[in-house]
Order: sequence, then structure tokens, then C-alpha cells
Amino acid sequence: MAIPLSYNIRNLRLRKSLTIMTALGIALTVATAVFIMALLAGLGRAFATTGDPLNVLMLRKGSDSELAAGGVSRDAMQVLKDLPGVARNSKGEPLASGEDILVVVLPRKGGTGETNVTTRFLSPLGLEMRPRIHIVAGRWFTPGQREVVVSSSINRRFEHTNLGDSVHIGKGDWPIVGIFDGSGTAHDSEIWGDVNQLVTDFERSVYSSVLVRATDPVAAQALKNRGNDDQRLELNGMLEPDYYASQTKSGGPIKVVGWIVAFIMAVGSCFAAANTMYAAVAYRGREIATLRVIGFSRPSILTSFVLESLLLSLLGATIGILLMLPFNGMTTGTQNQVTFSEVVFSLRMTPAVVVSAMLFAIIMGLVGGFAPAWHAARRDILNALRD
Amino acid sequence: MTLTRFVTKNAFRNKRRSILTVLSIGGSLLLLTFLITIWRSFYDSKPSEQSAQRLIVRHKVSLVFNLPSYYRQKIQAIPGVKEVVNQQWFGGQYKDDKPENFFAQFGTDPMELPKVYPEFSIPQDQLEVWQHDRAGAIVDVGLAKKFGWKVGDRLNITGKIFPLNLELTIRGIFAPPDPTQSIYFNKDYIDEGFPKLKGSEGFFAVLADSPDSVTRVGQAIDEQFRNADRPTKSETEHAFQLGFIGMLGNIKAFIMSICLAVVFTILLVSANTMAMSIRERTREVAVLKTLGFTRNSILGLFVGEAVSLALVGGLIGSMICFFGVKAMASLGGMFTGMKVTPLTIAVALLIAAVVGFASSFVPSYHAAKVNIVDGLRHIG
Repeated sequence: MAIPLSYNIRNLRLRKSLTIMTALGIALTVATAVFIMALLAGLGRAFATTGDPLNVLMLRKGSDSELAAGGVSRDAMQVLKDLPGVARNSKGEPLASGEDILVVVLPRKGGTGETNVTTRFLSPLGLEMRPRIHIVAGRWFTPGQREVVVSSSINRRFEHTNLGDSVHIGKGDWPIVGIFDGSGTAHDSEIWGDVNQLVTDFERSVYSSVLVRATDPVAAQALKNRGNDDQRLELNGMLEPDYYASQTKSGGPIKVVGWIVAFIMAVGSCFAAANTMYAAVAYRGREIATLRVIGFSRPSILTSFVLESLLLSLLGATIGILLMLPFNGMTTGTQNQVTFSEVVFSLRMTPAVVVSAMLFAIIMGLVGGFAPAWHAARRDILNALRD
Repeated sequence: MTLTRFVTKNAFRNKRRSILTVLSIGGSLLLLTFLITIWRSFYDSKPSEQSAQRLIVRHKVSLVFNLPSYYRQKIQAIPGVKEVVNQQWFGGQYKDDKPENFFAQFGTDPMELPKVYPEFSIPQDQLEVWQHDRAGAIVDVGLAKKFGWKVGDRLNITGKIFPLNLELTIRGIFAPPDPTQSIYFNKDYIDEGFPKLKGSEGFFAVLADSPDSVTRVGQAIDEQFRNADRPTKSETEHAFQLGFIGMLGNIKAFIMSICLAVVFTILLVSANTMAMSIRERTREVAVLKTLGFTRNSILGLFVGEAVSLALVGGLIGSMICFFGVKAMASLGGMFTGMKVTPLTIAVALLIAAVVGFASSFVPSYHAAKVNIVDGLRHIG
């Protein structure tokens, strides 16, 4: 027969301060793990949600970053426009956008140094091909003008990026005329301007990349293959979502350090939980013996104490998750390992993060609770009663 | 029985509890030592003598823009400048894109490089062979050891930024005082495969005539090119390296918040143990008091016990960290060159002692205050 759970709950409540302190220790460990997982989830989301599966990104052959030297030539762009399977807008123009990427250095707010920010130069067609990105303040840049729009995340995180400020790019200052919302995509880390103006300013002869919209998924695949196989074009074609997904590896350093930290903290917490459970077992020697005399079997005592440890760790996990809730949605940035510039993302406590944190706590509870529970179940009845 | 012996005896009266506490504190301090080590390697590293004398000159807007090659002569002419060498980040890939196979590749001028980096010790004959081989490379001794490279080996690097693959021959192995994780080759090699780069450089490394003139030389260089088509930004090599760490994000806040969580966890664990152990000993305290121990000496006994437990934990944790970091550093990658210094260990132990003290103070204070009669009557 199993010992009722209420017995464990009552026991935890009896030694309130001990329970709370142990649970808090576990809570801090869980909070750290949640923090790291939420960072990675946010970063993953920023990249996973960027790109339309109908858009094909063309880069220079052998390159897998828009920032690489060399690029897609004007001639290749002309060929791409007229390929079969390229979608057209209402005016009948083929949806192909030659784009250029530059990096500018901007100072972070709060004096924490300066960092690279990706600046994308594109045509009005490029805007049309990304319907999810919309202006929240001001207006879009005017083609043929030195004007830029910044994402709302850039606006929040960097100095001198308000409407009316200007960014120095190449030969001149480009006033900021609008702020756009990148809808949580990688474009949230970008500044956008007009590609033709840039070409004039910098005498660029090639595009960093060309984005082509296909009429349907089959055509998208065909365009991608065409780019890769056509010897004349010398292109590396990929579906836009795949390109951004490959940048998720930017979270690498956070992942490595994060997991080392979480693992060591978890080991420490396991010992602490074991300590508390050993104390709980020691105090209750006679009680356990009595339970055995009444007829509770060794396995049921073992289960009961393991459950108590689990309750303790789940209490800790709940506190830990609650502690981290206020940080949900907080934006932060790290370096994109593909473009070497800032990628802005938010902490996201997704259901997966919460479930993993609970599992993490359950493992701690099991590891920390098993030895004391085993000890409790194995004790000799007579000796324990005499204690 | 001396007081110290009394404290140690008491600390280990319940062996299992003490060991679990020590291990728990040890785990936390292992982490704390690890984080302090990362912190110090990022922000606290002192530039070496030669590094303090060097400047990096790059395009004012960003490192991704190049500077014209003729800037080299102009910089060379500025008073206080001893030597100048051009460098170009190649950013290629060795074998695959796994992080453990990552290292820096710089195209440079083999004749000038040794003058700007005199601390790279390399056999003279190897250096001369390299200077006369356009497709030759010199490699950091740490990288050579890691990948098992020998002089004369072929080294193929796939271009990721440039549409060009390098087929290099290792001509020399240099030993820098601190690991650089870099290889150097002749920049002409890139120019030949990618002619557009001809006449421009990624950045210049400048050796000033003394560490004191570095700031002045930097200002003079920037002033020279202020109104040029391509303005420059000059900073010390150290500041340049710190800039890269800054780009990783707000590491300072990240490390600080985790450190705080860790310290607080140790506080909880230690306080918990002391509360348990002191509660058990209420009767003993009363006995000690009847024997004539004063309140303060009892307080001292308990606090001493907590502090020594924390210190033992701290010592174990920082030792594991010491060897762990050593092992990770030898693997290469992001931990290269990291070391747990005695100062770091001392800081960790100090934190352990302070936390041990703080955690035991409240329960010990209450125990020491207990009335003798009540204490003797207490059933533990």
C-alpha cells in the first residue's frame, strides 16, 4: 500500500524554514537554467521565424554569408529576374530584389561599448517581398534619397537612433526617417536604406545578395537549384528560411557556458537536497519504523521519501520559474557568428522551456532524494524504534 | 583539547551531512571560480609589454571596410611610429565549420610582421624560408600542437569571405608568449586570387616607440586621416581585443547575475546546514555554558565551524576548477589561454569564508543566547 501524499506535504510544512531554504536553493538553480534556455529559445526564434519559404536567397558561389566579399553581379541579377517561376507583383514587375549589406558601428545605450549593426540596402520591391515588416513611426525611406529606417529594437538599444538623428554611412549622413517593427525576426537587428543611393555613393558593382520570390514551393526549389547549377551565374541559392536557420549557431558560446553553469549548479543543488532529505529521514527514524510496523512495505517507504524530495524540488522549480517571469520578453543582444554584427533577440519562456525546467528539477529531486529514501527504507525496525 | 580541534571535531560529527555540505558549497565555488576566471580573462588581463606598445588602426566606421595600402607609408612617417604592418582577416575554414577547427588566418607582409611582433619567437631559418615563399604560412605553436602540424605540411583553407581557397605550406612555427590561435601568410596570395583587394588592407598594426607615446601616436594617426575619404580609428591592441568581447553582448551583467545567484545559493546551503547542526546541539551549548564558556566564545565556535566547512568546500571547488580549466584550455576553442590564478582562488576562498560567516551568524547567535536551564531541558 502506498503512503498518502498528504503525509509528505505535512512533513514539508512541519520544517518550514528547512524546506523553504532548500527550495530556494533549487529555485536559483532552476532560474539560472530557465534564463539560459530562454535566451537560446529567443535567439532560435529570431532566426527560425525569419524568411518566407517562397523566397530564394542567392549569394555568390562558395559564400554562405551576405557579408562575404564579392557578390552577385548585375548581369546575374538580370538573368534571375526573367527566370521562369519568378513571381510578379500587381504592376507586373518581377519580384527580385538586389540587396547590399554593410555594417556600421553604433554605441550601445548605457555606455556598454559599441558594436556592429547590419545595415541592409534594398529596393521598394524588397520591402514588398517582406510584408510582415511594417513601419511603426515616421515613414519608409524615399528611393534615391540618403535616408534610413531603423528597427524598433535598434532604436531601443542604441544611442542616436531616434527619428531625426542620422547615421554616418560612407560619404554622408543618412537621416533616420522611420522606425519599423521586425515582428521578432532577424530583421529586428537591422537598419534599412535605399540600395540605389548606396550604389551611387559607394560605386558598388555587385549586390551582396539577391532575393527572388517564387510563384510556388516547387518553383522555389527549382529556382534554388537553377542558381546552384547554372555555371554562368556562379551562385549559391538557398531558401530564405534555411539561410537564417543556419545562423542559430550564433548561440554557441551562450550554450556552452550556459550548460556548464547549469550543470555545476545542479550538482550543488543535488547535494543540498540530499542533505535536507537525510535530515528529514534522521528526524523521523522512529516514525518510519512505526510505519513499517503498521504494515507499510519498504518499497512504499522508499517511494514516499523520493516523492517528498520531488515535491521539494518541484516547489523550488515553481519558485524559480516565477522568479524569471518578469524577465520574459526582455531584449538583449549577442554577436551573430555569420555576419559578425549584433543580433537582437528577446528572452522567451516558451512552454518547452518551462517543461524542461520542471524536468531539470525532477532529475535533481530524484538524484538528491534517492539515497536518503533508500537509507530510510533499509533501516532496521527494532533499532529505529529504540532511538 | 584546543579550540581548533574542538571546532574540527564538531564540524565532522555528522560526517555525511558535513560531506554533503562541503560538496554542495564546493560545487558552487567551482562555478564561482570558473566565472571569475572568465571575467578576469576578459576584462582584467594586463596587456603584455609589447602589446601595450602596439596600436591597431582600422576604418573608422567598421572593421569590415578596408583602408588603402598607401596609408602604411603615411603612418610610418608619423613621429613616434616605429614599425607598421598590414593585416587582412581571411576568415576561411579549415576542414569543417566545427568550432574546434576555428582559428584566425591573417594575410600580411612577411618582411614587416616580425618587426611589429618581436615577441613571436621563430627560428631565423624558418622565417627566411617563409619570407621567400608566397604560398607559405607560419603557425602558432599551440595550433601546431593541437592539429599535429609540422614544418613542410600542406594546409588547405576554404575561403568563406573571399572567393578563393588557400593552399598553404607551413614554413615555420612561432611561439608567442600568449596563445594567438592564428596563422599568418603572405597577403599577396589573396591579391592574386581576388584582385579587387589589391591596394587595400583590413587594418594596420603599428608599433610605437614607447608605451607612453601610444595614445599620442593614435591621435596623430586619426588626425592625419580625419578628412580623408577613409577616416581611421586607432586604439591600443588591448582595447581592440576588448571591443570584440563587447560584441558578444552584455557579458558583464550575465556573469554578475549568475555569480550573485551562486553566492546566494551557497548562503542558503550553508545556513541550512548550520541551522540543522546547531539545533541538534542546544543541550550541548547549555553544558558548555555551565562549564564556563562565555556567549562570545560559543558564538566563535559555531562561526568557526561554518567558516571552516565553507573554506574546505571552497578549496575543493577551486582546485577542481583549476584542473578543469587547465584541461579545457588544452583542448583549444573559446577557453584557450584561460588560467585559474592564485589571486582568483584567493578571491573565491574569501567569498566562501564571508558567506560561511554570514550564514552561521544568525543561528549561532540564537544558540549562544539560549538560557541554560531551557537548553538543558531541550529534547533534540
